[in-house]
Amino acid sequence: MDLALAPETLARWQFGITTVYHFLFVPLTISLAALTAGLQTAWVRTENEKYLRATKFWGKLFLINIAMGVVTGIVQEFQFGMNWSDYSRFVGDVFGAPLAFEALIAFFFESTFIGLWIFGWDKLPKKIHLACIWMVSIGTILSAYFILAANSWMQHPVGYRINKEKGRAELTDFWAVLTQNTALSQVFHTMSAAFLTGGAFMVGIAAFHLYRKKHIPVMKTSLRLGLVTVVIAGLLTAVSGDVLGKVMFKQQPMKMAAAEALWDGEAPAPFSVFAYGDVEEGHNKVAIEVPGLLSFLANDDFSSYVPGINDVNKAEQEKFGPGDYRPNIPVAYWGFRWMIGFGMTSFAIGLAGLWLTRKKFLLPKHLRVGEDEVPHVVLFRNKALGPKLTRLYWLAAIWTLGFPLIANSWGWIFTEMGRQPWVVYGVLQTRRAVSPGVSQGEVLTSMIVFTALYAVLAVVEVKLLVKYVKAGPPELTEADLTPPTKIGGDSRDADKPMAFSY
Amino acid sequence: MELHDVWFVLIAVLWTGYFFLEGFDFGVGILTKLLARDRPERRVLINTIGPVWDGNEVWLLTAGGATFAAFPEWYATLFSGFYLPLLFILVCLIVRGVAFEYRAKRPEENWQRNWETAIFWTSLLPAFLWGVAFGNIVGGVKIDRNFEYVGDVWDLLNPYALLGGLVTLTLFTFHGAVFTALKTVGDIRERARKLALKVGVVTALVALVFLLWTQIDSGDAKSMVALVVAVAALVAALVAIQAGREGWSFAFSGVTIVAAVAMLFLTLFPNVMPSTLNADWSLTVTNASSSPYTLKIMTWCAGVATPLVMLYQGWTYWVFRKRIGTQHIAEPAH
Repeated sequence: MDLALAPETLARWQFGITTVYHFLFVPLTISLAALTAGLQTAWVRTENEKYLRATKFWGKLFLINIAMGVVTGIVQEFQFGMNWSDYSRFVGDVFGAPLAFEALIAFFFESTFIGLWIFGWDKLPKKIHLACIWMVSIGTILSAYFILAANSWMQHPVGYRINKEKGRAELTDFWAVLTQNTALSQVFHTMSAAFLTGGAFMVGIAAFHLYRKKHIPVMKTSLRLGLVTVVIAGLLTAVSGDVLGKVMFKQQPMKMAAAEALWDGEAPAPFSVFAYGDVEEGHNKVAIEVPGLLSFLANDDFSSYVPGINDVNKAEQEKFGPGDYRPNIPVAYWGFRWMIGFGMTSFAIGLAGLWLTRKKFLLPKHLRVGEDEVPHVVLFRNKALGPKLTRLYWLAAIWTLGFPLIANSWGWIFTEMGRQPWVVYGVLQTRRAVSPGVSQGEVLTSMIVFTALYAVLAVVEVKLLVKYVKAGPPELTEADLTPPTKIGGDSRDADKPMAFSY
Repeated sequence: MELHDVWFVLIAVLWTGYFFLEGFDFGVGILTKLLARDRPERRVLINTIGPVWDGNEVWLLTAGGATFAAFPEWYATLFSGFYLPLLFILVCLIVRGVAFEYRAKRPEENWQRNWETAIFWTSLLPAFLWGVAFGNIVGGVKIDRNFEYVGDVWDLLNPYALLGGLVTLTLFTFHGAVFTALKTVGDIRERARKLALKVGVVTALVALVFLLWTQIDSGDAKSMVALVVAVAALVAALVAIQAGREGWSFAFSGVTIVAAVAMLFLTLFPNVMPSTLNADWSLTVTNASSSPYTLKIMTWCAGVATPLVMLYQGWTYWVFRKRIGTQHIAEPAH
């Protein structure tokens, strides 16, 4: 059978396509849920109408987005059984538990309270309605935690034993699976990146309106919230990335050596800025490097030894038997760089924006603006930037609003492909995980169906987002400003239309 | 009762919850073509399940996840074996979810009509296919010594399973019609009641044949009791809807679903997927289940979480307890 169309290859492509696609929606859902909840909290506490308008605006975009996240998540729950049945048989005893926990605890939470939030504006007292969106937010975070704990077990299996008789891995310590350092650092890194994603999304869209001088009070608030989120989350993403990197240098030295195209171990080891190499020969032809930096990333000093791809490959051959234990090096190398590059560009734009659009801090009186005016973009002390540079900043914020999405995708492609040929590191190889009974035609069918469907839905979703972004925050109605006092709604008029209906 | 038996029961509970809840929201989806005369009526129907369909669907995800954790072999054989029908169901559920959320988000006639058509078909097809799937699970399929499904997709479309599909399709439509009568007001409520009566009679006939077939094939005394309860409850639901007692009727159509699922699981036990090739190759609660440690943790989690879920989902139904009619549907601002 042609290798490019082998069921294993197809199943991997399908998993890659459906998972990367699903993860476009996940980080936006996690961050927008919390940010919307934050805005609604500000409304409930201050009764300032701009916060309610902001809540409705971002809430709408959040809902358009979570709808896609939910439906593409269904596939993930069943795909292990469909395409990876030998994987499921081998690891179900360990891997199934966090998945079941995710459904029982997180999914029910999210999906039930999202219904209450969407339809509850005229059915629930203000504070209870607010509590619903916080419940949704908690649900999204719990969900991320459980699924990342499951993934971490694939990266670094702990708390299990192999039952030879049954030919499977069995759970011995669930607590270890939930709290191992791989899981905790992955959760830290993924959650930070999720908020970087939502923050940049918010900054870009707020910049779009401010650039056109529309909806200024709401968008100024959104801009500031977005910028602060980007800066804090961006910093945490870098810190957590460093923590996770150090964990990976210990647990999966091959992945990190591949990320650096470090063919042979060195002490001190350099960080690669650019490399072009020959995978078959196992060396780089061109390499631009920063000396000692890789030793620092791995071990917190500038001189220690970091093993290379060839060294780890040899060590794994001795441990696991003959074979090629190298992942796809160019994908790992460039995936790692694109992850950092796109993510940190967003961080830089946010940091710049927070300084350029500062309100009072180090800003002379004549450059401060009122509630209804677009903030000046001010680089130095006494003078706002000219119209061209001001325009440039807003455009930069708009055009980079999706950068963290690209960074997230490459991050996952890097960490999953960097683990190959293993599906569970050191325990089960990917080629042994695929469903033996599912034919090439079946996998090809499902891959084409999912890809085509997802492509169509992407067009539909993006068009809808653009429409509602352009429409801006809605005007408030009488009903918005007089929420019910009783659960189920105050029934003064039995025929009153619902505040929201599908 | 050992832990894997407890989990057999819990998996049955999760599927029962799924069919009870998503059963009526599939039914409501089907009624958008069978019952509604115009767009405002279609919107009334959609909005009766608007706040709850997503939570209902999670029962399926939980049944899937719990099967993975408690019976990995069952999960692996079932979903790799029923590959194409499951793909079909997944595509329907994806489109259906998006359809509910996006339908009203644009004013164009084409946009709204297309999503409404999608809601009908993506409710109807899974309602039918889940019955086919369970017909095959209970009736048995070609499973080899390695627990691999070795039949093809046509083997799954056998008469017994197809009849099972008709049962879920008609039963869910009936359940949905009763739910509609319970949740709406005005003309549509009256028509929902009349339609429920007609669909209910058909359901009773199809279900009786299927359940009797199951009983004769692999039933025992316990499953006979479940059969009698299921049929009696269906008749009671019909009588109640005829008498205009919608709440009672809904409770009885719910009991029908509970008893029917109970009967299928009773005839299945101790198998979880019988093999038609060799009885020794059947997947059972023993050879398909996880280790006692995993089952113990899962039992704790399910024991605490499931009642809580029922509590807050129940609360949701109470919050949205008011009946709705066309007068409650506002034209959204675009």
